[in-house]
Amino acid sequence: MSFILTASIMFAFWILLSGEFSFILILSGVFSSLLVSYMSHDLLIGKGDIKLGLTRTIRFIKYLPWLLWQIVLANLDLVYRTLHPKMPINPRIINFKNDFKTDLGMVILANSITLTPGTVTIEVNENEFIVHTIAEEAAQSLISGEMQARVKKIEGEHNV
Amino acid sequence: MDIRAIITGILLALGCFFIVVASIGIVRFPDFYSRMHPAGKSDTLGQLLVLSGLMVYEGFSLVSVKLLIIIVFIFIVNPTATHALAKAAYVSGLKPWKKEKGKND
Amino acid sequence: MFEIAAIVIVLGAVLVLYRAIKGPRVYDRALAVNVMGTKTVVLLALMGFIYERPHFLDIALVYALITFIATIAFLKYRETGGLD
Repeated sequence: MSFILTASIMFAFWILLSGEFSFILILSGVFSSLLVSYMSHDLLIGKGDIKLGLTRTIRFIKYLPWLLWQIVLANLDLVYRTLHPKMPINPRIINFKNDFKTDLGMVILANSITLTPGTVTIEVNENEFIVHTIAEEAAQSLISGEMQARVKKIEGEHNV
Repeated sequence: MDIRAIITGILLALGCFFIVVASIGIVRFPDFYSRMHPAGKSDTLGQLLVLSGLMVYEGFSLVSVKLLIIIVFIFIVNPTATHALAKAAYVSGLKPWKKEKGKND
Repeated sequence: MFEIAAIVIVLGAVLVLYRAIKGPRVYDRALAVNVMGTKTVVLLALMGFIYERPHFLDIALVYALITFIATIAFLKYRETGGLD
């Protein structure tokens, strides 16, 4: 099942990138997508069930507008700090507990931390996140736990 | 003048502004960890704006789909690369810069 | 319009090049090279529009992949002393 799905996704991607429909190109596309999915079909789909992945994708798309708004705020904040002649920065390293159950939640939170105002993820392990903040007042949404709650909503109640 | 060209111009100007600010930040900030901030954020938003400006100019075609693939790819990859750099520096024992003098050691 | 944007991005790349030369640590240089990679991708896309050759976009896509892999491989080499 995962083999057929991977092969069709790979072939659609090939068509998208080449955009030409001559016989030799289509043939090599079919051949290479079959080869790639033979070698690595368990990487893309994995063992998790497809329905859960789909609901998570929809929840992630709902999360995107908030993330984009935070990115805009982050950049305005950074532009202010960069172009201000005195450079009002006061870097700190803060830790907080990691209570996520899935790798997906950790990855989304780590990348979101890097993209949102004043914070960059340094290290994630089973126990804690280590985060570098450029100024303490810039990291409010992280300290108040708003972002963690939003990412938990994507993760849902499943343990896988 | 075409409305599409105007939107493209605005998006390109904003994107170039953010990219240049990221460069200035990388030159100006005092230590490695604070240099990561412009590298991770402003560069990502800058490329998003410039490439979506090109998408608006092109309209809906195969070229704009390719541009969208590049945008999404850099959006995932740029924070990840920054994170990998930060972790490598942290593991090697690089201490962050502090504002108060004498607290650094 | 595209030419002006390309020139501005090249100026930004020159600023980042200063950091890549000055250092002071190897991580600063790796960061600068990573940022230069993103700028190069944007520049390649712009050049594709300036010369009206859409095939430049394929080069940009491949270049984005290569920069990421280069950064990760370099860091892995620094951390473990090998690429096995």
